[in-house]
Amino acid sequence: MSGFFDIPSDLQHSWLGLIGLHLREALLPVLAGLLIALPLSQLCVRFRWLYPPVLWVTTVLYAIPSLAFFVVLIDYTGQTELTVMIPLTVYTLVILVPAIVDGVRSVPQETLAAATAMGFGPVRRYVQVQLPIAVPAIIAGLRVATVSSISLVSVGALIGNQGALGNLINDANIYNRPELAVNAVLTMAVLAILADGLLVGVRLLMTPWMPSGARARRAQRPEPEVAAR
Amino acid sequence: MIRIDSVTKRYPDGTVAVDRLSLEIPDRSITVLVGPSGCGKTTTLRMINRMVEPSEGTILIDGKDSRQQSVNTLRRSMGYVIQNAGLFQHRTIVDNIATVPRMLGWGKEKARARARELMERVGLDGSLAKRYPYQLSGGQQQRVGVARALAADPPVLLMDEPFSAVDPIVRKGLQDELLRIQDELGKTIVFVTHDIDEAVKIGTMVAVMRTGGKLAQYAPPAELLSNPADAFVEDFLGTDRGIRRLSFFPSAGLRLLTAPVVAVDATAEQIAARGTSEAPYLLVTDVDGRPLGWIEPGDLTAGGVDATRLVSYGRPFLAGTDSLRAALDCAVLSPTGWAVGVDAEGRVAGVVSQQAIGEAIRGAHAEGRTDAQVAR
Repeated sequence: MSGFFDIPSDLQHSWLGLIGLHLREALLPVLAGLLIALPLSQLCVRFRWLYPPVLWVTTVLYAIPSLAFFVVLIDYTGQTELTVMIPLTVYTLVILVPAIVDGVRSVPQETLAAATAMGFGPVRRYVQVQLPIAVPAIIAGLRVATVSSISLVSVGALIGNQGALGNLINDANIYNRPELAVNAVLTMAVLAILADGLLVGVRLLMTPWMPSGARARRAQRPEPEVAAR
Repeated sequence: MIRIDSVTKRYPDGTVAVDRLSLEIPDRSITVLVGPSGCGKTTTLRMINRMVEPSEGTILIDGKDSRQQSVNTLRRSMGYVIQNAGLFQHRTIVDNIATVPRMLGWGKEKARARARELMERVGLDGSLAKRYPYQLSGGQQQRVGVARALAADPPVLLMDEPFSAVDPIVRKGLQDELLRIQDELGKTIVFVTHDIDEAVKIGTMVAVMRTGGKLAQYAPPAELLSNPADAFVEDFLGTDRGIRRLSFFPSAGLRLLTAPVVAVDATAEQIAARGTSEAPYLLVTDVDGRPLGWIEPGDLTAGGVDATRLVSYGRPFLAGTDSLRAALDCAVLSPTGWAVGVDAEGRVAGVVSQQAIGEAIRGAHAEGRTDAQVAR
């Protein structure tokens, strides 16, 4: 009887190795998606007419099944990680673009006018004012994109050995070892929760200026000397 | 000096926001642009720092066309204060204030030191320096907005309805603070508001604008109140402009009577010696000379006063410092019809009747007429 963590040798990875592979295949697309979404969103903010068509295209792309993507891509990129990561990158856009556009648009008009009046050029204004204020919205988008990407990597099993923990589910079927499927699902869930928690932490570190929960209540309590005035 | 020379702003859809406006904005004074919404006052302000480009006409700053220098250099030489402050919510108070100095290349420490200096100047406690905007009240945020605009010591300050979003008491405090800061710094301030009371209170010059971006009248506030150019300006000034105009007449010329004033510890002979045929009442003061109330001469006896016999003296005015408006208000507040003038310590300087104030007002009108004739 094989153990919970005994990974069949056809996967060519230990359990930890599968986790590393899974994270790489899940997170690199999120990063790539962010790098594409940032300039794309800025264009959508700058040219309002561009936003509806961009939104439409990202939605349609999201509706294409990954299998269809693989069929097309496999001729060019083969049975590689890249073939899995390209569709995953495309899928993140449907979440990230609206998140960033809404975040940047949520910057109050007065703040923008004040920045312009102080002599901020468009680039400086974007980098120093709009983007930092959009951070909470961007990270909210990243959380959804990351969790969904972690679960979607499994479909890589369709093109052979590229599904990371997803292949474990396949093997559970082949070798009739259901504990491998339980292992895969549980591990992916834990990875998703950890990644999500990490992003929440990053958000808290990056936005000390945001009123939120207990921290805000603590900060708003006036210091005694100030209150006494 | 800022000179707006027949400037027009026309939008692509044909709307005219500002129509051939000409204004000379004097240095080191507060010029207020006031008018109903849609009169183009904010557009005018924004054309000065080129956030809006004029369609026609020129704006000269110290004789130079504002289009001659780069737009960001121009803007960094003018402080800008906006409604709701428009603070950078992601930066601390001290870093908000230090924004323009940092852009001008100051070192971080120097810029922050300057920011702390300005916090003190606008009346903000230093302990707020490391806070974020959401932790401040609306009034405090607006003070930060003013400090931020002053940070690089620009000669010009543009203020776009800066105090409209705060409650009336806070607004009054901010207005007084602005006047105090202006006394110290002597900036050239262009101030936009829709509140005529605010305009009259803080303006050295007031430009009343009407819908369609036309200038209705450009005058000092006292002249605006005494000689509105037309029915629109008169209507905009409201129904009590006569009373408000009294704010511009000093009470220094009032003849204050001291004869009806008597201290509470006065002897019977002293009481008998006080009073005058002009005043039907005596004003009783405490031993330090502060007013207690009016009393019928017959009700006052030596060795204490019956408090129930005292008649309210209203709210005293500062003799010499307050305007005739304050003196008149004081006189109409007291059932006796007499106003009590006090010195800075609150001691009675003398009393004056409604009739005497009325005479002073008529005198001031006569003087105003003479001035107007001389000016013509």
